Amino acid sequence: MADEAHITEVGGTGVPIPGDDVDTDQILPARFMKEVTFDNMADYLFYDARRDENGEFNDHPLNRFEGASIAVVNQNFGCGSSREHAPQAMMRWGVDGVVGESFAEIFRDNCKSLGIPALTASHEDVTALQEWIEANPDGDIEIDVEEETATYDDTVIHGNIDDAMKEALVDGIWDTTQLMYSNLSKVEETAADLPYVEEV
Amino acid sequence: MSQNTLYDKVWEKHKVTELPNGQDQLFIGLHLIHEVTSPQAFAMLEERGIDVAFPERNYATTDHIAPTEAEKRNRPLTDDEAENMLSALERNVTDNGITFFGFESGQQGITHVVAPELGLSQPGMTVACGDSHTATHGAFGSIGVGVGTSQIRDILATGCIAADKQKVRRINVEGSLGEGVYAKDIILKIIQELGVDGGVGHVYEYGGPAIEELDMEGRLAVCNMSIEGGARAGYINPDETTYEYLKGREYVSEGDEFEQRKEYWESIKSDEDAEYDDVVTINIDDVDPLVTWGINPGQVIEVSEPIPAPDSFEARSDQEAAERALEHMDLEPGDSMLGYDVDVTFLGTCTNGRVSDFEVAAEILENNTIADDVRALAVPGSETVRTECEARGIDETFIEAGFQWRRAGCSMCLAMNDDSLEGDEVCASSSNRNFIGRQGSKEGRTVLMSPAMVAAAAVEGEVTDARRFFDDDVQTVSATDVEEVAD
Ligand code: SF4
Repeated sequence: MADEAHITEVGGTGVPIPGDDVDTDQILPARFMKEVTFDNMADYLFYDARRDENGEFNDHPLNRFEGASIAVVNQNFGCGSSREHAPQAMMRWGVDGVVGESFAEIFRDNCKSLGIPALTASHEDVTALQEWIEANPDGDIEIDVEEETATYDDTVIHGNIDDAMKEALVDGIWDTTQLMYSNLSKVEETAADLPYVEEV
Repeated sequence: MSQNTLYDKVWEKHKVTELPNGQDQLFIGLHLIHEVTSPQAFAMLEERGIDVAFPERNYATTDHIAPTEAEKRNRPLTDDEAENMLSALERNVTDNGITFFGFESGQQGITHVVAPELGLSQPGMTVACGDSHTATHGAFGSIGVGVGTSQIRDILATGCIAADKQKVRRINVEGSLGEGVYAKDIILKIIQELGVDGGVGHVYEYGGPAIEELDMEGRLAVCNMSIEGGARAGYINPDETTYEYLKGREYVSEGDEFEQRKEYWESIKSDEDAEYDDVVTINIDDVDPLVTWGINPGQVIEVSEPIPAPDSFEARSDQEAAERALEHMDLEPGDSMLGYDVDVTFLGTCTNGRVSDFEVAAEILENNTIADDVRALAVPGSETVRTECEARGIDETFIEAGFQWRRAGCSMCLAMNDDSLEGDEVCASSSNRNFIGRQGSKEGRTVLMSPAMVAAAAVEGEVTDARRFFDDDVQTVSATDVEEVAD
């Protein structure tokens, strides 16, 4: 949990993770969720896709682009299960920001909870960036949260960051627990008005 | 923007305030907890020294890692990691005064099976669980949302989530179900038509004659798979079917209080002239039993229809997905799924692990035995479902047919316990996800279908049209004559 709450820019080298509808069962296979902490999740990130039959690392992008900070993905990334293990694993592997064509909603919400900006951009822009990373593995990509852009080389991608996510990251109020905890008395009033909530 | 829909009304009633980030702070009336996604959230709470805000609004059970073989349920569990998760949950619920349905309670099971059958899920509530299939509870006319672990922490600490209101799409399902066609087929049809990401940004309100006709268990199956269509939630307006189902359940009030509750339930229904962001109509007349042929739940066809060629899809993404699917499933376009060899059949889950699902499968298994070489698992969605099936002798039918009759849990839906596909086994499954690797083996292949179709596949050892089992005259079966029946 970052205490440096304001997140306006993230940057670093990139890793393309191509494919549409990449589901969270691929990002983090369920059999690795049997741990009561998120500590080791990076080891399990894309576990099956990253290994060959003998369990050795293959040429999956995550193996080729170690040390990257910006993941670049395609359509409906993170669909399926709501497991926060998936973005947790990406974060712990080193991902600070994601650029993609579109994200599944629960995945995007989970990214917000973790302070990981998720920028959506057009198919053309995303694939061009993925190709550029392949050619420039050491090249820097910068996501500017306020401007909703991703910049690399001399190219600027004008994308879109969900309003709530943008506000949360820029104003440093993505720790929703803290935010909502201060309204606890209002919560009690709302609850008391509901016919199904018994008096406490 | 939608207006005067159930979603709008329930949202308003549960909205605490608008947050500075533009989201709404939404009170959660029922929070369901299981062992896999909650320990980290409880740990975060402890780190901050915060207590659970509304312990009595939280209920917990164990499902994902629960062993389903009776002798493996003795404690400590043989799998150390599973034991750790379960004891962490037990510790957390005890420390925080949360009701827990454990193995001993006789009521343990999948959260989305347990809460409805105990009467915990009721109309006009907001329901959340660290599980994407929380939309299931929308069958009662509630807003059910799946959340991640940080949001579980939010709920434990504040009783609330920070959420954006979605658009509301009304889906009218016209027509009525033919014999051998079920609620599962309705939702598969909807996902086929609208796509796996068609619901992004939306909640689905299901209605129309085919939905009204469904009993509660059918409605639960429909709402369950809203997430597979990309919708954040899915619901059905409550009606007499809903109220009849609720009457007499353990957590439902009785007498006058029931009548008072009912007034509230009636008040939150979508108005006749409610406004929707969009309306879609789907006709279910003449729909044959559906099966998936691919690796996402939108890759669906009628069982005797030809498998589509990748270039028959318009969108580039659908074409690529079709190519990947054909390769993984080892299928050719133009073939049908009839006769596709099956190694494992799995009946259960939060989609189709309820009494009526076992009942309909038992009708097919009666006086039949499963094919040689088929491994067949029947896993009740809850211990309550199991006991009820056993009281009616349904378990006997399964066992005599050659099924393994198990204890309750998620089991081979996602293979976090010992139940898993091996190698490239094909599984005829009543679950909700056919993603690669989902059932525990990265080469494993999943074909989603209704419980009746699973039972029929178990008997034949291949994908078949279950409707032939309802016709007493037909005793021997091959893929070709099934095609004729289907035609
Ligand atoms: S049965 Fe499957 S889909 Fe349902 S809660 Fe369990 S793992 Fe999730």
